[in-house]
Amino acid sequence: MSAAAIAPPLGLLAELTHRCPLACPYCSNPLALEDRAQEMDTATWARVFHEAAAMGVLQVHLSGGEPASRRDLVQIVAAAHDAGLYTNLITSSVGLDAVRLAHLKEAGLDHVQLSLQDVDQVSADHIAGYPGGHARKLAFARTVGEQGLALTINAVVHRANIGRVAAFVEIAASLGAGRVEIAHAQYYGWALRNRQALMPTRAQVDLAMQEIEQIRPQYADRLVIDLVVPDYYARRPKACMGGWARRSLNVTPSGRVLPCHAAETIPGLEFWSVQQHALPAIWHESPAFQAFRGTAWMMEPCRTCALREIDFGGCRCQALALAGDAHATDPACELSPHHAKVLALAERDSAGAEVSYFYRGRNVSR
Amino acid sequence: MPDSDAANLPEHPRLAPGVRLHFDRTRDAWVLLGPERVIETEGPASEILRRCDGSRTVAQIVDELAQLYNADRSQIDGDVKDMLAELVAKRMLLG
Repeated sequence: MSAAAIAPPLGLLAELTHRCPLACPYCSNPLALEDRAQEMDTATWARVFHEAAAMGVLQVHLSGGEPASRRDLVQIVAAAHDAGLYTNLITSSVGLDAVRLAHLKEAGLDHVQLSLQDVDQVSADHIAGYPGGHARKLAFARTVGEQGLALTINAVVHRANIGRVAAFVEIAASLGAGRVEIAHAQYYGWALRNRQALMPTRAQVDLAMQEIEQIRPQYADRLVIDLVVPDYYARRPKACMGGWARRSLNVTPSGRVLPCHAAETIPGLEFWSVQQHALPAIWHESPAFQAFRGTAWMMEPCRTCALREIDFGGCRCQALALAGDAHATDPACELSPHHAKVLALAERDSAGAEVSYFYRGRNVSR
Repeated sequence: MPDSDAANLPEHPRLAPGVRLHFDRTRDAWVLLGPERVIETEGPASEILRRCDGSRTVAQIVDELAQLYNADRSQIDGDVKDMLAELVAKRMLLG
């Protein structure tokens, strides 16, 4: 695919740090977390934001780890805003209070996305591995509203909380959120490591999806409800990232640029860093972005499938993890020869006894 | 669009918190940006959206658009209301 044919990205996920006080077992960070010494400084992030905006990125998602763990978060938001980007802060709220939030707002913050681990305090604090976290989040959500900032509540859904999806929506509405994201856990990285503890049964998934559709009309005038669907029980794969290297990019704390969170799990891909290359060059030319861009890399049944430019073959990382080849059809697709195996894995894991979590960043012995 | 939907329009429409209109130089178009949302706007849409500032009524917006495009008010009225209703349904516009 020639550079001229490559449309510019719309979104950039900035993993400002992998440090986080929470230890959620489905964290989207890689198993090998980057440490503080590797993190890029404020000026480098500012340069990245300006390059991003100049090439057509419209929105930046400031994430982590916990972005508030960075002392320069206000300057980082200001830099992104100055570059002309829509700024979304994805946070657990730990490290933020009303004063710091006011500074972020003043710096140009457009939107806050707050994660809740459950609606039940004991369960929420257990899932996050962070006592007191839930109460703190509820208080912070109200502060966001008081300051007139837009709020999304994000709920990652799995076996321990899937029975309470309706309550998640209710709590989001009561906290004044304009949007709630009910996101079924996606099994890469930490979540893949914890799949036995996290995987819900098919009956739980079906019930949760029904509940959301039942309550949706009640909230139509108050709240946008977005769903990230569970794909182990699906018939067709999700269009992961809206297609590889098609809409967005991720920058890790040290500056490596990835087509998605989990791309580093695919062996043999060469990632470029913003410390060595300008962002447009990385988007257009870096081997990792070129590897699965478009449809030329596809194998059957994707190669001739009528939906190949709808779902782009699903997720490359999941194809690797479950079919053993990143070029294969995502086994979430029922046309994949591995589809039955995925269903069997989900059924086995979901039927298991209670398993304790392998907490993100904690149980790793070095 | 039936009248019942138009009746649900906010009196003084304004963009919801976290939603803003932005000129995208790369794509040479106005875009409406919100949480996990990018909506490209075409032609008169950006002129309508720029007037959704909480100070104008829907009728005023229609008047201004009619003047701007030198068009008959009755031609513009339905288009403006349809677009506003669509954005209200997406929770990107409040009153």
